[in-house]
Amino acid sequence: MRVEQISIFLENKAGRLAEVTRVIGEAGVNIRALSLADTSDFGILRLIVSDNDKAKAALKKHGFTVGKTNVVAVEVEDRPGGLNRVLEVLSRQNINVEYMYAFVQHTGKNAVIIFRFDDTDAAISLLKENGIKVLEGKTVYTL
Amino acid sequence: MIYDEEFETLPREALEALQLKRLQHLVERVYVTVPFYKKAFDEKGVKPDNIKTLEDIHKLPFTTKEDLRDNYPFGMFATPMENVVRIHASSGTTGKPTVVGYTRRDIDTWAELMARTLAAAGTHKGDIVHNAYGYGLFTGGLGFHYGVERLGASVVPVSGGNTKRQVMLMKDFGATVLTCTPSYALRLGEVAREEGIDFRNLKFRVGVFGAEPWTENMRKEIEEELGLDAVDIYGLSEVMGPGVAIECAEAKHGLHIFEDHFIPEIIDPETGDPLPYGEPGELVFTTLTKEAVPLIRYRTRDLSVLYREPCRCGRTLVRMGRITGRSDDMLIIRGVNVFPTQIESVLMARKDVSPYYQLIVDRKEHMDTLEVEVEISEEIFSDAVKDLQNMERNIEKDIKDMLGVSCKVRLVEPRSIQRSEGKARRVIDKRKL
Repeated sequence: MRVEQISIFLENKAGRLAEVTRVIGEAGVNIRALSLADTSDFGILRLIVSDNDKAKAALKKHGFTVGKTNVVAVEVEDRPGGLNRVLEVLSRQNINVEYMYAFVQHTGKNAVIIFRFDDTDAAISLLKENGIKVLEGKTVYTL
Repeated sequence: MIYDEEFETLPREALEALQLKRLQHLVERVYVTVPFYKKAFDEKGVKPDNIKTLEDIHKLPFTTKEDLRDNYPFGMFATPMENVVRIHASSGTTGKPTVVGYTRRDIDTWAELMARTLAAAGTHKGDIVHNAYGYGLFTGGLGFHYGVERLGASVVPVSGGNTKRQVMLMKDFGATVLTCTPSYALRLGEVAREEGIDFRNLKFRVGVFGAEPWTENMRKEIEEELGLDAVDIYGLSEVMGPGVAIECAEAKHGLHIFEDHFIPEIIDPETGDPLPYGEPGELVFTTLTKEAVPLIRYRTRDLSVLYREPCRCGRTLVRMGRITGRSDDMLIIRGVNVFPTQIESVLMARKDVSPYYQLIVDRKEHMDTLEVEVEISEEIFSDAVKDLQNMERNIEKDIKDMLGVSCKVRLVEPRSIQRSEGKARRVIDKRKL
């Protein structure tokens, strides 16, 4: 039930983000979701893509520092209170969210939230026990 | 004012006779008491009794900072430890500091020479000296402290830091003399202004500034902003500490070297050949009277020039020009000596970071800033911001612990720091000095 995410270290300087998207595009890899965390010095770009290995290889070839992390993709109803239900379940069990980001599927009515937890496995079983839909990696890569 | 009329205005012939006598005594002493010197003299094929004239000093071997490191901590001491009453240290080129010791007489000589410098700058009995040089292993604080007491003025041993409180104290105590690094003097002026105090209305008359290179422009700025006479002082812990040379208030033109205690030379830093008066090169000192750690021809790596023209203050002592640079890559950050190799050893010791780094030095609001750029690697990269920020903070702490200087660490992309092509450009110094 884990989803693989790649992350890229970016210095805060003009053109670096465009360089990443260019490399990924030229490798024929599609970006499914992304988030950018930034500080005054550097940024961390996190991506869910259609082909992790291909994207990683292409980026490394161009000198980027690339990491791989397991995250959890949760489907949430696209209506008021949808996300809150998920977060309440997590907070009741003291599961800490390292970071999260969301995107809305263009086909259906549901939103997909990407979570990064300290304890990924505990989070997955808790979510499932509470009837929350956790998506498979291959589903997310091809959304 | 001249503190020691007799020795500061000795006719040159008498001064040189005294220097030769002291030099001959010195070489005899180090040859038998310091194994390092016996070996160095023998390798050069020179014996103590080969020193017949002052010019013969050129026959003697040099001493370098590396020699002091190789003999860490007490190998260069020429006296049994039981005669050493104080130990100071300064930055070495790697992890270990450069250690110096003082006998009771060394401390006495140092206080005497510091009293001379303070008097030359225009300080006298009755003055209140706000001493903001750091106290501790660094020679600045205690060097000034003993000099002020010897002179008979009052010393306020405030040391560095806590600038707001310093401004309050200097105002309340009515301090008349300020001693600190020139950049800290400007910082004090700025903080005073923020506190609604016009520095020029305080009682300061004189400032004795050193421990870092500065310029005539900075002197002008300090004198205008702070409303005092700013004079330059020179010294280094290996040779003694502050008080090796001082500008006189009368001329403010060149620093008088106390030649009855030190023989200065200027050499070509590449060849080691002595250069004539007036030619710029590397300053070299031989200590004539130090007991605990006498040094023969110590290469300071400071670039300057010597000139013998008489000064209107009446001193017959040779003068050195302002320090214009270094013949090695040492940096002075807020008065602390920093070698890029020291930062490198901190990074190497961590094992988790890449050894590729670059130092960026700048001066903001009159204070030196040091930024250390370190290349990230896949091993340490994390997708969580806090992990990377923790790593930056940890490296900053390691550097602070090891070098005693605060810095800002910034992770940068791999291969963004220029690789060595010949000599690596490890340092970008943006300060305009």
